[in-house]
Amino acid sequence: MLTEAEATPEAIRDRVRAFLAEHDPAEMASQDFNDARFDAGLAWVHYPDGLGGLGVSRALQTLVDAEFAAAGAPGHNAELNAIGLGMAAPTILAYGRDEQQKRWLRRLWTGQEIWCQLFSEPGAGSDLAALATRAVRDGEEWVANGQKVWTSLAQHARRALLVARTDPDVPKHQGLTYFAVDMTDPGVEVRPLRQLTGEAEFNEVFLTDVRIPDADRIGQVGEGWKVANATLMSERVSIGASRAAARESGMIASAARTWRSRSELRTPGLHDRMLRLWTEAEVARLAGERLRQQLAAGKPGPEGSAAKLVFARLNQEISGFEVELAGGDGLRYDDWTMRRPEHTNFYGRGPGYRYLRAKGNSIEGGTSEILRNIVAERVLGLPGEPRLDKDVPWKDLPR
Amino acid sequence: MSDEIPDLLYSDAERALSDALASLLADQGGFDKTLARIESARVYDDKLWQAVGADLGCAGLLIPERDGGAGASYREAAAAAEVLGSFVAPVPFLGSAVVATTALLSVSSQGDLLAKMADGSMTTALAVPFATAPGAAYPTSVRVAGARPGDAAKAVARLRGMVAGVADALPAGVLLVPADGVPQALYLVDMAAEGVAKAPVTSLDMTRQLCDLSFDDVPATLIASGPSATRALDAALAAGAGILAAEQTGLAQRCLDMTVAYVKERKQFARPVGSFQGLKHRLADLWVSVTQARAASRYAAACLATGSADAPVAVALAKAYCSEVAVQAAQECVQMHGGIGFTWEHPAHLFLKRAKADSIAFGTADAHRAALASLVNLPAS
Repeated sequence: MLTEAEATPEAIRDRVRAFLAEHDPAEMASQDFNDARFDAGLAWVHYPDGLGGLGVSRALQTLVDAEFAAAGAPGHNAELNAIGLGMAAPTILAYGRDEQQKRWLRRLWTGQEIWCQLFSEPGAGSDLAALATRAVRDGEEWVANGQKVWTSLAQHARRALLVARTDPDVPKHQGLTYFAVDMTDPGVEVRPLRQLTGEAEFNEVFLTDVRIPDADRIGQVGEGWKVANATLMSERVSIGASRAAARESGMIASAARTWRSRSELRTPGLHDRMLRLWTEAEVARLAGERLRQQLAAGKPGPEGSAAKLVFARLNQEISGFEVELAGGDGLRYDDWTMRRPEHTNFYGRGPGYRYLRAKGNSIEGGTSEILRNIVAERVLGLPGEPRLDKDVPWKDLPR
Repeated sequence: MSDEIPDLLYSDAERALSDALASLLADQGGFDKTLARIESARVYDDKLWQAVGADLGCAGLLIPERDGGAGASYREAAAAAEVLGSFVAPVPFLGSAVVATTALLSVSSQGDLLAKMADGSMTTALAVPFATAPGAAYPTSVRVAGARPGDAAKAVARLRGMVAGVADALPAGVLLVPADGVPQALYLVDMAAEGVAKAPVTSLDMTRQLCDLSFDDVPATLIASGPSATRALDAALAAGAGILAAEQTGLAQRCLDMTVAYVKERKQFARPVGSFQGLKHRLADLWVSVTQARAASRYAAACLATGSADAPVAVALAKAYCSEVAVQAAQECVQMHGGIGFTWEHPAHLFLKRAKADSIAFGTADAHRAALASLVNLPAS
């Protein structure tokens, strides 16, 4: 544990500079450099000592990253490992055993091992707790069978977060257990899942007699729902670290650009819509910044759920507007070829692609309908939906 | 400029002011009182204004300490406006403590008047139609008339004309009158002067009654002329629109809170009506809109407070956005209260009328979007 004097921004900056004086990124292999950075506690400084951090405030990470970037330090595959860094790591930190944290976190942070998430199933979307993938104990191992869907990065992943049903005789939330799965197990089959855009950003993952050591179970048997919720919550916290977006970033950028450059497309009706959308996008940007300020002040509000709802609706409305603004060109589409994009890009390609991709924004990461339920019940305190499945053993639920 | 976003949260001082104001209004400005007042001869509540304006110091928030004010900023004024909006309080805060004060601060040596405004002994109104948007052409409905004997010695001008639909002028002791002449100028007029007539308007917003003003060769004191008069008027209208957005945010939040409380209590089909998804989702959407409105109005207040170059964008954005959210909130409030919400005895209509009137005051949402079109270069054609 650092003393208060050792945890000041100045002291942390000195620490980074001392490290860089000993480790020249130009002279070292990326993996070696990142391993050393992790071991020095300068990977994610808010993590505990010995696990890549120094146990100091998360706010100091920005300056640490800036120092490393200025010194030309190598990246750590952060974009491809978004799920690993954003969801797996916080879950492992909260629920993993010491031995698991030691075994997984270093390779996770350095990008040596990409992680993915095996949660959703064809029969369990909004009702995730009803999932049917089974894991049955066999001595010191578990044997998993089932089908997962909407898995980003599965084709790259070495490990996966898995929620599986270990006890079908108890109500659905109680019979789940959480595991880390080795994606190189011969029972794991990854198939691309083609979306309405033409490309396959996601995968289906079929598990057939996949063997999972009990040592790779995260949390207690039957505690899977609690652990899964921690994973889903950590998604939200990561918003807080991001900087304020610039005005006219995001979906509104290309619409405004087209409006300015193509005067022949302008009509009074479209002008009104352009201005309404610009207004809403700018207000959403300010609200996002306000949310960030609340988190930075250590007073997180429930506004995060609002941000997701607005983001989805605006992306859809703006991209729909753009297709229409294009007039005859809106009848064309850039490319229907089946592709496997490495990264999700809501704002890339043409208006037609953006319009279609944005349809996913109100479904992925919680549908807008479920989010409205969450806001209504948890923020406004309105009565919950009738729950007929709460006390019924999972095996007796209608499917 | 536009990428550096100021603090959009509430400071401890702003919170303290809001809390004090809210508890005062809950105690002295209840809806039963307001409902009783709206059909009386005097809609404005002088006693309440004394408590809010003088005792709590809201009248002088923007007035410098050397003139007896609090020396606070538009951030605190916005925090106060939110609370006043949440009670549809019939006090001339917006017209006197924000709009007229801003105009007076923009011209020099008005310390005596400001001191009286700060201690609550005087309220002042800017004599422009409440619907006037920032950046509107200089008003010409009042003109400089011919001088009378002795005027020159007393340094008074004579004004003639009329202004329709002025807010917060009914309780005002002094009027700030923009008048046409060579050059265009801004004058002070004593409400008690001979030739000033005020006719109360039967107003859509029953808690902020407008009046029509007429001037029949009334004596007036010049306080600014030419570009400085235009600047004072523009600053006053921009402050009015920006702080009104805060009032709209407070009103919208209150409508949401009232409605949520009601749908938890009200039972039909043997369950709280708030358990029906048809209402839950609309209330969730309304809550989202209110969170957005709060960010927009806080940004406008912060930009006004620092005189940011982005203030014109911030004000137009906030007024365009918050106008629609406040109306939506008030409409949902009436609808989700069902039959009781449609009655005279329930205060929901006070909010609906205030929200609808606010959406026109200092420029409609459409007018502010049109302003944005030129400010951010998204031209109509």
